[in-house]
Amino acid sequence: MNGAEYIVKFLEKKGVDLVFGYPGGAVLFLYDVLGRSSIQHILTRHEQGAIHAADGYARVTGKTGVCLATSGPGATNLVTGIANAYLDSVPILVLTGQVGVESIGRDSFQEADIVGITMPITKHNYLIKEIDALPEVLEEAWKVAREGRPGPVLIDIPKNVFTGTVDFPEVLSSTRKQKIPFKNGLNKQLGRIVGVLKKAQRPLLFAGGGVVSAGAEEELAEFVKYSGIPVVTSLMGKGVIPEKEGGSLGMIGMHGQPVANLALSACDVLIALGTRFSDRVTGNPQHFLTDTCIIHVDIDPAELFKNVHIDLPVVSDAKKFLQMLLLALREAKVSFTLNSWWEQIKAWAQEYPLAFTSGSLLKPQEVIREVARQAEDEPIVVTDVGQHQMFVAQHYPVQGKRSFVTSGGLGTMGFGLPAAMGAAFGRPGETVILFTGDGGLQMTAQELAVIAQYQLPVKVFMLNNSCLGMVRQWQELFFNGHYAQSVFTSGPDYLKLAEAYGVKAWQISKPEEAKALVSKALQHPGPVVVECIVDPEENVLPMVPPGGKPNEMLGRWHGETHISRLG
Amino acid sequence: MVKHTLAVLVENRPGVLSRVAGLFARRGYNIESLVVGETEDKTVSRITLVVEGDERVIEQVSKQLNKQVEVIKIQDITNEETVERQMLLIKVSAGPEDRQEILQLMEIFRCRVVDIGRRSLIIEATGDEGKIEAIMQSLKPFGIKELVRTGKVAMVRGAK
Repeated sequence: MNGAEYIVKFLEKKGVDLVFGYPGGAVLFLYDVLGRSSIQHILTRHEQGAIHAADGYARVTGKTGVCLATSGPGATNLVTGIANAYLDSVPILVLTGQVGVESIGRDSFQEADIVGITMPITKHNYLIKEIDALPEVLEEAWKVAREGRPGPVLIDIPKNVFTGTVDFPEVLSSTRKQKIPFKNGLNKQLGRIVGVLKKAQRPLLFAGGGVVSAGAEEELAEFVKYSGIPVVTSLMGKGVIPEKEGGSLGMIGMHGQPVANLALSACDVLIALGTRFSDRVTGNPQHFLTDTCIIHVDIDPAELFKNVHIDLPVVSDAKKFLQMLLLALREAKVSFTLNSWWEQIKAWAQEYPLAFTSGSLLKPQEVIREVARQAEDEPIVVTDVGQHQMFVAQHYPVQGKRSFVTSGGLGTMGFGLPAAMGAAFGRPGETVILFTGDGGLQMTAQELAVIAQYQLPVKVFMLNNSCLGMVRQWQELFFNGHYAQSVFTSGPDYLKLAEAYGVKAWQISKPEEAKALVSKALQHPGPVVVECIVDPEENVLPMVPPGGKPNEMLGRWHGETHISRLG
Repeated sequence: MVKHTLAVLVENRPGVLSRVAGLFARRGYNIESLVVGETEDKTVSRITLVVEGDERVIEQVSKQLNKQVEVIKIQDITNEETVERQMLLIKVSAGPEDRQEILQLMEIFRCRVVDIGRRSLIIEATGDEGKIEAIMQSLKPFGIKELVRTGKVAMVRGAK
C-alpha cells in the first residue's frame, strides 16, 4: 500500500465520509486515491473556505472536521482558519502536502514551513519525514485533536511520502512516553463546592463553550431543574440551554444582556463551566468579581488561574462534573431557596430591557427577531463577525443542540459563509441561517459557488450597513466620530452577485418589507441571499467599555434617548 | 521577582526545543537561560530552564508546557536541595607582570588554565551562579577580552 492509499484507508476506518479541500501539485497522489474512495470531497473555492467549512462541520456534528490543502500557498491560506479553530477549541485534522523530503529547506517551488508557521495555533503538528512514521502519526493526531480540550492538528506530508510504501498495521503501539495524568481534584473539591452552594444566596452558573464540547446539555438542564440556579453564557456557550423558554438570562460580557451582566456583578457564588474568562467577558481581569466565590471547572488545567482569581479550581469535563455535583447535592439533600434572588433578577429584566427603537430605516435587530420568529424546527444559526454577530447573540434565541456557530475567540471576518456551508454538509436536510455583514461576506463570498452547486439550504441574511459597523461604532464612541476607513463608498450589487453564482436573492430595504421577504426566503427550498439594508448608525448596546466591570454598561436606560453608563 | 529553575523532560525528537522556546515567546514569558541535552535515556532530553516570574506565572508556564504532546514531566526545583553548575570560558589580558597574580587567583577558585597566549590566558571554570560571578569580578581588573558561559544545569540531591 502506498502512503496516499494508507491515508485514505485510515480516514475511512475512522468513519470520515466528507472532507473539504483544494488540490495542488504536492497532493496530486493523495487526490488520485481519494477520488476513487468512498469519501466525498468538497472542492471549495479557496483554502480558507475549506478550513472554515471543516470548522462549521465539526461544530454542528461534534465530529472531527477534515481539511486538505497543497503545499506552500495552499497551506498558508489555511492559517486564519486554523487559528480560528484553535481559539474556539474545534477538533480538525488538517493534512497539507509538502515538497519532497529531498527538496525541503531549499526554497523549492511552493514550499512553506507550515509546521513552523502553525506551531502556535495548533494543538500539535507534525512533519512526516519517513513513511514509517505515518501510521503512528495519523493515529496520534486523530486522538490529540479530540481528547481533552479539542483543537486543530496539522500533519505536513511530503510528496514522496504519498508514493512510498507502508503496511497497514494490525495493532498500533505508540512510541510515546507516558505522561503522568493531571490530578483532577474533583472528589476533593466536591465537598467544598456543596458547602459553598449550601450557603449561597445569589448563585449563578456561567456556561461556556466547554459545555458544548463535552455534550453536557442534558446534565446542565437537569442541574438547572434541580437547583433553580440562573444561567448565563459566554458567546461560545450560547444555545447550550434552550433560550426561548427563558432558561438562560443570556450572554454576559461586553455586549451581554443587561440582566445577565447585572446578575453576574451581584452573584455571591459563580460556577464557571468550560470557559476561559476571555477579556470580552471580564473587562479588567484584576477587578473581576473580587468578592464572589468563583468555582472554575475546566478540562484544561492551564485555564484555571490564567485570567482571573478563582477560589475553587476543578479539572474536569463539564459533563462529568455536573453528574458528580448533582449526585453530591442529592446525597446531601441540598435544596435551594432562591426566591428573592430571582425576584431581583426579574426586577432587573424589567427595568433594564434589551431595548432598541424602530424607525423609518430597518434596524438590524428587527430583521434578526423577524427571522427568529418565523424560523421553525430549530435551525442552525451561523454568524460572521461584527455588529450583526452581537445583535444575533442578543436577539436570536437559539434552541437546538450544537446549533449556534460563531467565531468567538479569533473574531474572524469571512468565517460565516464557509462555516454555514460546512454546517449544511454536516447536518443534511436542516436549514442553516447565516447572518453576515457586507464586510464579512465580501471576504469569502466565492463559496456561494459551492452553496449553489450543492443547493444547500443556507439562508444568508446579509445586514448591509455599507460600513464596518463595529469599527464604525468604536470610532463613534472612542475616536470622536472620525470614521477612518470604515465606510464603504462603493460596493457590488449584491443581488446580481448572488445571482451570478446561481443563488436566488432578494432585498429588504424598508421595515415593512421584512415580514413577507423573510417568509419567502425561509420557504424557498434552496439557498438564498437576502440583502437587508439596515440603519448604518445603529450601535450595539449595552456595551461595557474595554476594561470596565460587568455592570458598567453604556446604554439607553429608562427610555432615555442619550447613552449613559450604569454602575 | 524570583528566579525559578525548571527541569523539563521532553522527548528527544526534532522540533521539540523550538516548540518549548516558541511557547515562552508567545505567552510573554522570559527565559533567562536554557540548557538542553540528552539524559540517561537516549530518547529523552532534559531542558533546564531558568525563568523569572511570580508563582502565578510559573504555574502558567508549567501548565502550558505540560500541554505539549512531547513534554513528559516538569519539575520546579527552585526550592529543592540541588547541585547546580554552569561553565565559564574567559579570555583575560595577562601580560608577564599580571600572570602570577591571575594564576594564584585561579588556584583559589580551583579553575583551570586551558590556553596560554602571548598576552592572554583562557580560563575554564565551573560552579554555581555565585562562584561564576565571583570569578568574573576578580578577573575584571585585568581586562576581560572575551567571555562565554553556559546556562545552568541542575540536579536534585539524593535522599540522605
